Amino acid sequence: MYTEISLDNLRVKKLPHIWCAGCGNGIVLSAILRAIERSKIDKDKIVFVSGIGCAGRSSGYVNFNTLHTLHGRPLAFATGIKLANPDLQVIVATGDGDLAAIGGNHFIHAAKRNIDLSVIVFNNFVYGMTGGQLSPTTPEDSFTTTTPYGHIEEPMNISYLAIAAGATYVARETIGNPLMLEKYILNGLLHKGFSLIEAVSSCVTEFGRRNNLGDPAEYVKFLKDKSIPFSKVNSVESHDGIVVGEFVNIEKPEFVTSYYELVKKVAK
Amino acid sequence: MKERLMSGNEAVAIGAIKAGCRFFAGYPITPSTDLAERMSKLLPEVGGAFIQMEDELGSIGAIIGASLTGSKAMTATSGPGFSLMQEGIGFASFSEIPIVVVDVQRVGPSTGIPTYPSQGDIMQARWGTHGSHPIIALYPSSVKESYDLIFTAFNFSEKYRVPVIFISDEVIGHMREKITVDDSHVVFERKKPEVPKEDYLPFDSRYEVPPLANFGEGYRFHVTGLTHDETGFPTSDPVKAERLMERLQRKILNHLDEIFLYETFLVEDADILIVSYGVVARSAKEAILELREKGLKVGLFRPITIWPSSEKVLKDLASNRRVFVFEMNLGQYVHEVERIVKKKVEFYGKENGEIISPEEIESCILKSL
Repeated sequence: MYTEISLDNLRVKKLPHIWCAGCGNGIVLSAILRAIERSKIDKDKIVFVSGIGCAGRSSGYVNFNTLHTLHGRPLAFATGIKLANPDLQVIVATGDGDLAAIGGNHFIHAAKRNIDLSVIVFNNFVYGMTGGQLSPTTPEDSFTTTTPYGHIEEPMNISYLAIAAGATYVARETIGNPLMLEKYILNGLLHKGFSLIEAVSSCVTEFGRRNNLGDPAEYVKFLKDKSIPFSKVNSVESHDGIVVGEFVNIEKPEFVTSYYELVKKVAK
Repeated sequence: MKERLMSGNEAVAIGAIKAGCRFFAGYPITPSTDLAERMSKLLPEVGGAFIQMEDELGSIGAIIGASLTGSKAMTATSGPGFSLMQEGIGFASFSEIPIVVVDVQRVGPSTGIPTYPSQGDIMQARWGTHGSHPIIALYPSSVKESYDLIFTAFNFSEKYRVPVIFISDEVIGHMREKITVDDSHVVFERKKPEVPKEDYLPFDSRYEVPPLANFGEGYRFHVTGLTHDETGFPTSDPVKAERLMERLQRKILNHLDEIFLYETFLVEDADILIVSYGVVARSAKEAILELREKGLKVGLFRPITIWPSSEKVLKDLASNRRVFVFEMNLGQYVHEVERIVKKKVEFYGKENGEIISPEEIESCILKSL
């Protein structure tokens, strides 16, 4: 069943958005909005936090309490919000550079605390906003404006890192399968603990152009064709493509709940 | 009213709780760590939240987030951590989110001498983050004043929607003095909007300080570090940018009468004016008494509000007097004094870990005669 996006959840006056024609971020954002719609969460209690970069601009278009933070810091701000007011549902929209490079330390520690935040990372393998430089997830041998001779590093596996750091819900899906992406985001919203949904997105203008990934539709098809179900390989990582699926879904004590249980014990 | 022996850092922690602080995020760093330790004990007792973050970038982010939910929030650090917090201080300045940042100064630059005092962060407190931003910085010179002034820090922060830098130093932070912990302080609560939700403008330029709604109460507004208009959404329109920048300056500078706090000591008949603050002002008072024994008429001007400064107050005090500035750095606040008094100012400073002693001040003045 297809969920309609409620226009009440969009700041329609702020459209058109700043993303390039053919950008995959709209597919990710619509999956988030449909998941929110299905979750039945009180909209006034949603705080939508983002960082800097293309994904970071998403907070300006959604009609919740919205916070466009500093580069790499959305998880730090989100941690303060959730701990100060546990009644709020805190959603973080971030990018591969924002989360895994400049914000890497906050990412590891937020996951380690298992604080109840729902994190959606728009992973498009590149710094789009600044014009196409390499990011932590840029695949080996790819061309970016700072790897004009091809990239010599192996990419970082964001989901793998989230699992290692202690995240209790981790899933990955590409924009080639938006309904599954929506489902994973919904699971993340309803999960109590740190959830990380890696949304593999496209950047036609800055990444696709330099790596012959074709027009927007061909790019989406490429991501879909490269997808390998987790059930097939039973590994978060494969050199043959992008492993997609729900990797982790477990219960562990959640930080804010544990903190206020402690407060109850010591409060005078 | 309870008399107690405590350190400056402890006085800040106890005062902060009484001023309504209910959120602290920090990262261990000498010589501010004991303040965080104290908050980790006190906050759970009053139902507040304490978190040790992964670094200072995280700490400042967390307190800004907490403040947006309506919680009075504070962090504490020292030089190297204060450097890391500058990006967050800029964000809070520009998006007008009340926070209190305690900086217990140690010797710098860089890692410096962690366990010894300095006053090397005076300019960083004013200009550490980029852009023309509003800020208030307060600096006590005793344990008792640390207790009293942390109320002022929270009150100014909430009243003017501005980060307040509470500057201290290793001596003030760790020195123990007997103080009276009283409950007589006025505590200011943040102004919240009274307009219907659809009419709310979080950066309404009809106010000097627009009311601030809490996240979660239905106002659904946008906060960004980008230049924004009255609605809070990004703009690159120079007219709107200028309107915001102008208001951010005005909301502080129009209220110097309230914000600018200072102490004078034996200035009425003085021919010589010493300018010093924090721990050095204590040495200066001793030196002044000694010099007066020798027949020299010396007085002290001690800014408690380090930023912004009051040109009027300092100009009046400096007129027809020789002016000396003593500070534990190689010349920071002296530039502000020179800018204001527009005449020769004599300067003595060092940042080697030693306090400037009364004897040094005395001999410096005697030599200059």
